[in-house]
Amino acid sequence: MSNTTSAALHDLTVRALARQLQQRQVSAVEVAQHFLDRAQAHQALGAYVAIDAQATLAQAQAADARLAAGTAGPLEGVPLAHKDIFATRQFPTTAGSRMLAGYQSPFDATVVSRLADAGVVTLGKLSCDEFAMGSANENVAVPAVGSDAPTPVRNPWDTQRVPGGSSGGSAVAVAARLAPAATGTDTGGSIRQPASFCGITGIKPTYGRASRYGMVAFASSLDQAGPMARTAEDCALLLSHICGPDADRDSTSLDLPAEDFTRSLDTPLAGLRIGVPKEFFSDGVAPDVRATVDNALKEYQKLGATLVDISLPRTELSIPVYYIIAPAEASSNLSRFDGVKFGHRAKDYADLVDMYKKTRAEGFGDEVKRRIMIGTYVLSHGYYDAYYLQAQKIRRMIADDFQQAFQQCDVIAGPVAPTVAWKLGEHGSDPVADYLADIFTLPASLAGLPGMSVPAGFGAGGMPVGLQLIGNYFQEAKLLNAAHQLQQATDWHQRAPQGY
Amino acid sequence: MSEPVNTFEAQQQGRPTGPLVQGYEVVIGFETHAQLSTQSKIFSRAPTAFGAEPNTQACAVDLALPGTLPVMNKGAVARAIEFGLAVGSHIAPRSIFARKNYFYPDLPKGYQISQFEIPVVQGGSVEFYLGDAKKSVRLVRAHLEEDAGKSLHEDFIGQSGIDLNRAGTPLLEIVTEPDIRSSAEAVAYAKELHKIVTWIGICDGNMQEGSFRCDANVSVRKPGDKLGTRREIKNLNSFKFMQQAIDYEIRWQIEQIEDGHAIQQATVLFDPDTGETRAMRTKEDAADYRYFPDPDLPPLVIAGEWVERVRSEMAELPRVMAARFVADYKLPEYDATTLTQSKAMAAYFEAAAQASGNAKLASNWVMGELSRRINSGEADFASAPVAAATLGLLIQRIADSTISNNAAKQVFDALWAGTGTDVDALIDSLGLRQMNDTGALEKIIDDVLAVNADNVAQYRAGKDKAFNALVGQVMKASKGKANPGQVNELLKQKLG
Repeated sequence: MSNTTSAALHDLTVRALARQLQQRQVSAVEVAQHFLDRAQAHQALGAYVAIDAQATLAQAQAADARLAAGTAGPLEGVPLAHKDIFATRQFPTTAGSRMLAGYQSPFDATVVSRLADAGVVTLGKLSCDEFAMGSANENVAVPAVGSDAPTPVRNPWDTQRVPGGSSGGSAVAVAARLAPAATGTDTGGSIRQPASFCGITGIKPTYGRASRYGMVAFASSLDQAGPMARTAEDCALLLSHICGPDADRDSTSLDLPAEDFTRSLDTPLAGLRIGVPKEFFSDGVAPDVRATVDNALKEYQKLGATLVDISLPRTELSIPVYYIIAPAEASSNLSRFDGVKFGHRAKDYADLVDMYKKTRAEGFGDEVKRRIMIGTYVLSHGYYDAYYLQAQKIRRMIADDFQQAFQQCDVIAGPVAPTVAWKLGEHGSDPVADYLADIFTLPASLAGLPGMSVPAGFGAGGMPVGLQLIGNYFQEAKLLNAAHQLQQATDWHQRAPQGY
Repeated sequence: MSEPVNTFEAQQQGRPTGPLVQGYEVVIGFETHAQLSTQSKIFSRAPTAFGAEPNTQACAVDLALPGTLPVMNKGAVARAIEFGLAVGSHIAPRSIFARKNYFYPDLPKGYQISQFEIPVVQGGSVEFYLGDAKKSVRLVRAHLEEDAGKSLHEDFIGQSGIDLNRAGTPLLEIVTEPDIRSSAEAVAYAKELHKIVTWIGICDGNMQEGSFRCDANVSVRKPGDKLGTRREIKNLNSFKFMQQAIDYEIRWQIEQIEDGHAIQQATVLFDPDTGETRAMRTKEDAADYRYFPDPDLPPLVIAGEWVERVRSEMAELPRVMAARFVADYKLPEYDATTLTQSKAMAAYFEAAAQASGNAKLASNWVMGELSRRINSGEADFASAPVAAATLGLLIQRIADSTISNNAAKQVFDALWAGTGTDVDALIDSLGLRQMNDTGALEKIIDDVLAVNADNVAQYRAGKDKAFNALVGQVMKASKGKANPGQVNELLKQKLG
C-alpha cells in the first residue's frame, strides 16, 4: 500500500472507512496497523494509556475474516479507542488512577461489547482524568503509552494547552487522527467540553440511553457514555450502536429500543426554533468564544432556523448543585476501593484501619480525595438536608426550567465552555477555576438531557470553539440533524491541527 | 437524610403495663433478619445456596468489581409482598433503596443497599398466644436489604479470611414497635414470626445457618415512666438463648439502675457459655452511615395488580385458617391458634376432625396426646404412626361411648407402638369396651352402696368428696369399663 493511500486513511470518517472495509478496498488489519503506527508516532500527546498491537490486530484479522465470509457487522473493521473508564477484558482498566494500575476486568462494558458486536476493532485505551474527575485531563495518575511517569494529555492544536476533560485522551485521539472515533463519558460535560477544546464532535445522550454497566462509576445519576468523532454523521452512526436497553445489567438503563440516529440527518432545518439562553451569553463568556458562537448561530439562520430568546434562570446554581451531588455519589461509589479485593493495597500497615487509610491515601489523587471529602461531608448526619437534599430540589427546578424553555424552542444552543482551552497548569492549584468552567455543560447533565458539541470555528490563538446543542429528552436525532446540517454548510469540523 | 420519625413514645400511651420484674416494667422491640428463599441473590444472579466453598458463589456484582451495578431480584420483592400480606401490612406502591455507607472488609462495595426512609412493607402486626393471653405485637416496617459477606478470623494466623458467598443474599428486616413486655413474650413473638415466614415459604427458618436472626432491643422502666435507654442484643440464633439472654439483660439493667448507674445505649452480644451479655460497642462509637437514595436503583414501584396476584396465589394464612377453624369447627380461639402452629399440624387436625365428625375432640387429641409425642421428637405430623383417619375413628368410639377417654389413650398407645392398626380390634383385644348396659351397672352400683355405707352417710351429710369416692369404687368394680357419665347419673338417682 502506498504512502499516499495510507496517509488518507486517517482522514476518513467512520462512515467512509466502514464503506471501504465493506467493499474490501482496504483491510481491517491495514487500517488498524495504520492507526497503531500513528498512535506510536504521536505518543507525546499522551492520548493512549494502553495499546496492545497483538490484541488489536487479532481483532482486525477476525474482522477481515467476517468481511470475507459475508458475516460482517455494519462497522466491521472500523477501529476505535475507548476511554479508560470502560471495563475491557483485553486491555487494563485503570480509570486514570493509581488505585487501579494494571487492573484487568473480567468482563467488557456493555458499550464496549455492543460496539464489538457491530464489528468495531479496539485500538486501545485512552487517557482521562482520574475517575473522570476533571476538566483538563491534568488529573492523570497513570503513565501514557511511551512514558514512564503519569503525564497530562496535550491538545494537538497547541501542545502547551489542555485538551479539556475528563475525556481528554478521547478528544485528542480523534482530533490528531490517532483514531477515527472514540468513546467518552460525560458526567458534567466530559464529552462536550474536550470535544469543544479539540475541535471535534461529541454527543452525550439522554441519561439512561446508554448502559452504564462496565463504566467505572463516578456519579451514578449523571454518568453517561457517548461517541466522539469528527462528524455528526459518525456520532449518529456510533450512537445507534452504543444505545439500547440493558435491563439485566443496569437498572437505570431505559427500556427503549435501539434507534437509528442517522435517520433524519438530512432533514432541512427550515422552521427549526433554536433557543438561545441569555444566561449562556453573560459577561463570563470570553469575547472570542462569544463571537465564534454568534457566527455559528448566524449560519443556522442562513439554514432557515430561527433564534428564540429564552432563559435558564438557574444556570449559575448548577455549579454548586453539581459539586454537591456528584461528589456525594462519588464518595460512596469509590468506597469499594479499599485495598481488600482488587486494586492498590498499601505495603505496610499496622491494622485494618491503617490499611484503609494508607491504601486510599496512596491510591487516590488530590482531586479525587477532595471530592470524596466534599461528598462525605454533604451526606453526613446534620448536613444532609442542607446540602444534598437541597441540591436535589434545585436539580429538579433546573430540569423544570428546561421544560419551560422547550415550550418555545426545539433545541437550545450556546457555548460549550466560557473560554477556549487554557494553558497546561494555568489553573494551578485552584480547583474552583476548573469547576466554574463547567457552567454551561452542567445544566443539561443535571437535567439528564442530551447535549452535544459541534465545531463552530476558532477563537483566540486559533483554538477551536464548540457550539453546544441541547435537546429535550430522547431528541438525539434532532440534535444530530442540526449538527449535520451545520457541517454540510461549514468546514470547521474538517480542519485538522497542523502536523496531524 | 433525616431519621424516620420515632413515634414509639407516643404509641406507648394507653398500652397496658406488663408484668413487673422487681418493680420494673420490661420493654422489648425486635429486629429480625429473615433470609429470603430466592435461588439467586437480591441484586445479582449468583446462587444463594448455603455451605459452598468460600467465594464460589459470588459474581462480579457481589465482588463489587468496577463497573458492576445492582439489578433487583423480582422474587425477593414478591416474598416481601407475601410477608406484608401475611401480617396485614401496607405494601408501599413506591419504596426507595438507600445506601448505608461504612467500611468493613466483608462489605465489598463499602456500602450496604437497604431501605431507609420508605420501606416496602409498612405497619402490620403479629398475633399469638402467651399461655391463654392473646398478644399482638405491632410491626413498624419490613424492608429489603442485602446481606454482607463473612469475615473468618479463626483459620488464618494473623490474618482474616473473607468469604463473599453470603454477600448479596436477600434479607427482609422485620422491625416491631417496642410492644413486648417479657422474655417469654419475646420468645413467643419470635416463634410466631418464625412460623409465619416458614408457613408462607419465604424463608427456610434455619436458625443455625443464620436464615432467621433476631436482635432484641431491651430496656426497663418504672411503670408510667418514659422509655428507658435500650441495649440491643445482637444475633440471637436460638429460642433458648433468646430467653436466657433477655432475662440476663433485664436483671443486669435493673441492677445497674438500682446501683445508681445510668444505662448507656449499646450493642451487646450474648455468650451462651457464660450466660451473660457483653457490650460490643456503645453509642459514642456509632457510625454515621450517610444514608442516601441509591442512584443505581430507581424507586421500587409495586402495582396494585401485582399485590393482588400475590394475594390470590398465597396459601391460606395461619390467622385466616385459625379464623376458619373457629367459624367452621366452632373451636375456641386458643385451639384454632394452637392448631395453626404449622401447616402439617393444621392439616392433620382437619383430616382428623373430618374423619371423626367431632372437631373439639380432634382438637384436644391433636393438641394433647399427639403434640406431646411429636414435640418429644418421636415423629412429625406427616409421618405420625397414627394416621389422622385412624385417630378420627378412635374419636368416634369415644363420642359414641364405646370407650372412655382414658381407655382411648390405651388404644392410642397401642396404635402408636404398632401393636395393632385396627381401632375396633384393639378395643376388643384390650378389653376396653365400655359397659353401657344399665341393668349390669345398676347391680354394681347397688353392691358398692351396700358395702360403703360410711361414704353414703358422709355424702348425705354434705361431703362432696364422698361422692367422688363412690364413683371411684364403681369404676373400679366395673374394671374401668363403666361410662363415667352414666355412673354419675345413676349414683345421683340412687342417693336421692
